[in-house]
Amino acid sequence: MTADLALVWPELILTIGGLITLMLGAFAGDRQVGLYQLAALLTLAAAAVAVAALFGTQASVFSGTLAVDGFGGFAKLLIYAASFVCIAIAPRYFGDAMRAEYSALIVFAALGMGIMASSRDLMTLYVGLELNSLASYVLASFMRGDDRSSEAGLKYFVLGALASGILLFGISLLYGFSGTTDFAGVATAMAGGVNIGLLFGIVFVVAGLAFKISAVPFHMWTPDVYEGAPTPVTTFFASAPKVAAMMLLTRVLIDAMGPAGPALAAWQQIIIFLSLASIILGAVGAIGQKNIKRLLAYSSINNVGFMLIGLAAGTQQGVEAVLTYLLVYVVTTIGAFLFVMQLRDADGRMVESIPAYAGLSKRQPGLAAAMAVFLFSLAAIPPLFGFWPKYLVFEAAVNAGLVPLAVAGVVVSVIGAFYYIAIIKTMYFDEEPETVIRNGGSRVEGAVIGVSALWLSVIGYLFIPMLAATAASAASVLF
Amino acid sequence: MSGLPILSLMLAIPAIAAIACLFVEAKPARMIALGATLVDFALGIMLWANFDIGGAQWQFVERADLFGRFQWALGVDGVAMMLIVLSTFLMPLCILASWESIKQRVGLYMAMFLVMEVIMIGVFAAQDLLLFYIFFEGVLIPMYLIIGIWGGQNRIYAAFKFFLYTLLGSVLMLVAMIAMIREAGTTEIPVLLNYNFPPEMQTWLWLAFFASMAVKMPMWPVHTWLPDAHVQAPTAGSMILAGVLLKMGSYGFLRFMMPMFPDASAQFMWLVFALSMVAVVYTSLVALVQSDMKKLIAYSSVAHMAIVTAGLYAFNQQGIEGALIIMLSHGVVSAALFFCVGVIYDRLHTREISRYGGLAVNMPAYALFFMLFTMASIGLPGTSGFVGEFLSLAGIYEASSWAAFVCTTGIILGAAYMLYLYRRVVFGELTKDDVKAMPDLNPREWAIFVPLAAVAVWMGVYPESFLAPMRGDVTTVVARLAPAKPAGDAHLAAGKPKAAAPAHGNAKGEAHHAGGVQ
Repeated sequence: MTADLALVWPELILTIGGLITLMLGAFAGDRQVGLYQLAALLTLAAAAVAVAALFGTQASVFSGTLAVDGFGGFAKLLIYAASFVCIAIAPRYFGDAMRAEYSALIVFAALGMGIMASSRDLMTLYVGLELNSLASYVLASFMRGDDRSSEAGLKYFVLGALASGILLFGISLLYGFSGTTDFAGVATAMAGGVNIGLLFGIVFVVAGLAFKISAVPFHMWTPDVYEGAPTPVTTFFASAPKVAAMMLLTRVLIDAMGPAGPALAAWQQIIIFLSLASIILGAVGAIGQKNIKRLLAYSSINNVGFMLIGLAAGTQQGVEAVLTYLLVYVVTTIGAFLFVMQLRDADGRMVESIPAYAGLSKRQPGLAAAMAVFLFSLAAIPPLFGFWPKYLVFEAAVNAGLVPLAVAGVVVSVIGAFYYIAIIKTMYFDEEPETVIRNGGSRVEGAVIGVSALWLSVIGYLFIPMLAATAASAASVLF
Repeated sequence: MSGLPILSLMLAIPAIAAIACLFVEAKPARMIALGATLVDFALGIMLWANFDIGGAQWQFVERADLFGRFQWALGVDGVAMMLIVLSTFLMPLCILASWESIKQRVGLYMAMFLVMEVIMIGVFAAQDLLLFYIFFEGVLIPMYLIIGIWGGQNRIYAAFKFFLYTLLGSVLMLVAMIAMIREAGTTEIPVLLNYNFPPEMQTWLWLAFFASMAVKMPMWPVHTWLPDAHVQAPTAGSMILAGVLLKMGSYGFLRFMMPMFPDASAQFMWLVFALSMVAVVYTSLVALVQSDMKKLIAYSSVAHMAIVTAGLYAFNQQGIEGALIIMLSHGVVSAALFFCVGVIYDRLHTREISRYGGLAVNMPAYALFFMLFTMASIGLPGTSGFVGEFLSLAGIYEASSWAAFVCTTGIILGAAYMLYLYRRVVFGELTKDDVKAMPDLNPREWAIFVPLAAVAVWMGVYPESFLAPMRGDVTTVVARLAPAKPAGDAHLAAGKPKAAAPAHGNAKGEAHHAGGVQ
């Protein structure tokens, strides 16, 4: 038991740090914003250091319910980094509305996500997922005075609760027909043949998790929640929980249902459907969106679809592709949402309408260029680095014999390119409107945008060997 | 010489200059761009001068294992080298052509052109399949911005059409490339060139590559993005688009589709011939009725590129050499013709043919140059166009006399639309007052026309300078195609679609000719 505790340092740090942040908030009042923020940031940084220190360890703790391995480590680093950025950018956005709970909630959400990504048992999975979800529901409605924010929180909660119910039902079926909640045990049961009960279990578990990654047809909440939630929270939703849920799904599918054997055929077709539906709907739905946050919501649905292509391959190569994709996607998404946060009109309000970006490249050339890099990168146009993860998922699909899926994916990616370049058209080709947009960002935010844009430009290619090695060592855990 | 990574240097100089251009005012940006492109041109000449004709197939080879899964591998054969020289030759002229006409966001404009130069050189020099794809596809970004920001009235439509059309073609090629890499286990182009893919697989791979290259070329019926893009692009954008970007498609045919998939190439010979024949006649006729000068030249480009595809698919030495000369010649001549349009567009701001007339009176020097390039486009002996067209048609005739017959009508139609254009713009009465007020060429325009004209004549009088470095590569390709060639049976395949109508005499002639082809 004590030995186990030594292996979950990141979780312990986050729990204690989150509680300290909460206590500080309760006793010091809402004025000491900087203090809570600092406490939360330090907590996340310490947890990340702990994860890094444990890198390379491969163990199973607490009677096999939680894994400490490279796969979880990769996920946690990415999740903590994204959470770190989302806390760092918040105070300037919220201004006087900033409260201590924000930082604490993100820390708890990060804790839940870390548990999701390292769970090896259906019950741990559920606990982690709910810890993350409950924090997220509150975060979505963080701007209590804003109708859209409250609406977003309510929608997220109602649909999220439904999804949790579906997931729990699936878990109960898996437990009922395999007699265990342990991933390895479920896998053993699956290897003996997938009966109707297990099949339903698979379907419901995947459906519940598809809600979390906002894969079509469980995506309906995404545009509304992304639009309504405060932008730093949207940034958070679009980055860290996506990583956690996607990696959880990967672990469940590969670990609990087996990369080979009878279960593969069962879940592979579900994933193929989810991926194609997400790519198509994400691409088509984004056309005609006028709000940049809504558009980025559809873009995230679209990107999840591409990640699922890698997952559908069901091979180690496919999982590596998914991990690389997640990393590049998180960097791009954070950059794009930071861009959204930079722009304010003359009254200091956020500018979220795409037509208002007209002529931006003349007044804010650097900012517009960075956004152009993000968008071209999301559209996977080489030489930008966004091309590379897409290449990897298609390669994994082709190597797994899923050529039609890869062809369908690339063809639909052209539709996706349309709306990305439409934003670039607004920024670069259109004439300036009357409304004045100014850059209301801080230097730190500018630096984050700049660094991510630089990394996504050709420079990223130099990191391929390193990325490939990391992804390979993380993915090899599952095989 | 041997230690200098000349190709990497040629890529680095414009890349650095492009970044510099983003941060400076208009004037220094122009100077930086001109300086960088001139240095690159000098390096291009060095490349040509140091190219060992008859030496190794791949020269100036560089490789660095930078990306793990694929490499930074550069190297050129004669064909790639000549196309790089063409790109570096046109680039400073493009910068000069935009010297005065571009007034807005000059830094960004120059940066985009320099990026384009990097990409063009990269496409031709890449020796790694993925590196090639990255460059090949990367051209979309600068061209999209060039058309969209500095284009004409309907620029946004043209920019979108260009971008999405070309992207759709390219992504299918990407899947084919993944399949090739999986099958052959390598991304190195020189190895892939000699890898024998299974014939059924070749068919699919060929079709996927064809989707990409045919759009890039462009071949009928997927050429419709080209007139829009040309008409809307700024003058220099059209020059580089017609001069070099279209050659990426034919380069792809020659570099990838023919040597890598010889069986499929033979199998689809009829398709290439048929599309080329339609393109030559149809687009020439369309060119004849255009009222917009740029559109006319754009359609003429499609017709010329169709002769290139037909020449390449003749699978013999003359045909391919001729096609290569047309590529180079068209690169120079069409760029020059677009600049001819640009010169008078800068003065009158219209591309309507009917708004001009009688320019020979007040712009004699301009009329002279325009005449030269018109003749070169038609293929008058003594100009570059003649050499290429004669060689490629001779090659096509060996493969299929019907295809040669139809393609040759393109020359006649070409003469018709070009001379008709010339007559309406340059000859006739000088009646319009605003046209009367147009001054003749200024020194900057002279500086652009003279090198273009010199090269067009040089290529027409002594094509050997250009052919010599490429001959060995053509022989290699022909040898690679030789085993598949009889299986393709060009006569039947290409002759059939039109075979119902012709008189018996022709059919006999063709059958007779069949015996003569080895």
